[in-house]
Amino acid sequence: MYDVYKIREDFPVFKNTNTIYLDNAATTYKPQSVINAVTNYLSKETANSGRGDYHDAYLVDKKLDDTRELVKDFIGAKLASEIIFTQGTTMSLNIVAFSFGHHFLHKGDEILLSIAEHASNTLPWFEIAKEVGAEVILMPLSEDGYITPEIVKEHLTPRTKIVAITHVSNVLGYINDVKTIAEVVHANGSLIVVDGAQSVPHLKIDVQDMDIDFLAFSGHKMLAPTGIGVLYGKKALLDVMPPFLSGGGMNLSYTTDCDITFMKVPEKFEAGTLNIEAIYGLHAALTYINELGIENIAKHEYNLKQYALEKLRKLDHIIIYNEDAPTGIITFNVRGVYGQDAATYFNSKNIAVRSGQHCAKLLKHYLNELGTVRASIYLYTTKEDIDAFVEAAKTAEDFLDAYF
Amino acid sequence: MPTFNKELMRATILAHYENPYHKETPQNPGEFMQMHLNSSGCIDDFTLYLKVVNDIVEVGYFDGFGCTISVASTSILLEMIEGMKIDDVLLIIAEYHKMLNNETFDESLLNEAIVFANTMKQPSRIRCATIGWDGVKELILQHQKKEQ
Repeated sequence: MYDVYKIREDFPVFKNTNTIYLDNAATTYKPQSVINAVTNYLSKETANSGRGDYHDAYLVDKKLDDTRELVKDFIGAKLASEIIFTQGTTMSLNIVAFSFGHHFLHKGDEILLSIAEHASNTLPWFEIAKEVGAEVILMPLSEDGYITPEIVKEHLTPRTKIVAITHVSNVLGYINDVKTIAEVVHANGSLIVVDGAQSVPHLKIDVQDMDIDFLAFSGHKMLAPTGIGVLYGKKALLDVMPPFLSGGGMNLSYTTDCDITFMKVPEKFEAGTLNIEAIYGLHAALTYINELGIENIAKHEYNLKQYALEKLRKLDHIIIYNEDAPTGIITFNVRGVYGQDAATYFNSKNIAVRSGQHCAKLLKHYLNELGTVRASIYLYTTKEDIDAFVEAAKTAEDFLDAYF
Repeated sequence: MPTFNKELMRATILAHYENPYHKETPQNPGEFMQMHLNSSGCIDDFTLYLKVVNDIVEVGYFDGFGCTISVASTSILLEMIEGMKIDDVLLIIAEYHKMLNNETFDESLLNEAIVFANTMKQPSRIRCATIGWDGVKELILQHQKKEQ
């Protein structure tokens, strides 16, 4: 039995703020267990990882190993060594773009992206393409907002080396059929990189079943602290990729002739001290989500979105762009009102929503709108939150009331 | 100057948003100092055009898109400063900032711009109320530097 009110008791932020938080696609609240895990590291077992001979350092290393195992199981990876800790999705995607790109992309190669990509899955590819003389090809979306296997197939050429796409669009919330797309991509001899920032926190993921080559996601969008994310990569690929950053913790030895022997994956890609307290937090976050069950979370979000849509449809001045998207993202505008003005109005009612282009600045060509307002749901959102949101939406045409 | 009650403030903001003053690219943009205005927190995106002759603002234009507060505040400023000495414009801009920072300010200098007195109720929108104003100030300072 999914009891959202009981779940909310685990989140101290609800006791400290009256904000009705509907910006969960940006970041999420943290349960007490995550906060405790972070403070446990900071106040009880502080040590650096990977280089200590004493008990506390052992505990830290063990937590890192345990967390890698937990992540591995969470996304259905084969090996814990395929899990690289990063700062977040952006860093994960930069590692793939530059580390893979510098050594495997050549002049004339093609990189296939969609116009729905977040800046973090667009700009690193623009940069590496400029550097090596490769070409970025931007795919449009289907009429109903998807990246389909057919569209991908149409844009693949013998020169396509990489296809980098989002699993769930952070603006539209549609789930792309990554499994079938991966088949199409592999049949062409290309590799597939998946931005999972909006899917991993909300859906059951199985990287082996989907057969994707790389997956990037962030901890803070799934109850963990900011500054921790993951890059999953198939081991055979990670093995042949050069490191992205160099320094401590990633080398076995080096000589006066500038000859470096790197450590194996994952350490090869984890130069410098990791964000250890955030890894403690990630461990607690995944444990929390596992206890609830990711499928139950997905169902809760879906049901709430349907509940919201039922009410919003009755409001003529609310334009919804993604009614049929099966995730907890509602993208809308108030007719005749600039998105930012609408968001300010919601803020005056203590409701946190986000306006703008949501870092997907090429998508406006699909939406034919300069910007939109986004309300996004998570595992602790209630019907009462939605009711307050709809109540405010009813009068949102009077947006200047925010100032008076 | 009329007394600005809430209704008049609201109506003034809306009027300047719906029919902004000189919100277009001037016919001879090459004769203007120009500046691109945007902000990291939102998608406001304007180009500002200002012509200063003999230390007097002859005319200003702006083009692009933005929220109600950014469009209306820029519109009010450009209308107000036409024909004004640049030193007086800088003075007005300074008073406007004082108003938005909740400091004591000279109401008589601000004219219609007083309608943004409530912007501090939504602090995240103060940047919107100043985007055009900061741009005008920057262009005037650039002009002064060049004259020196």
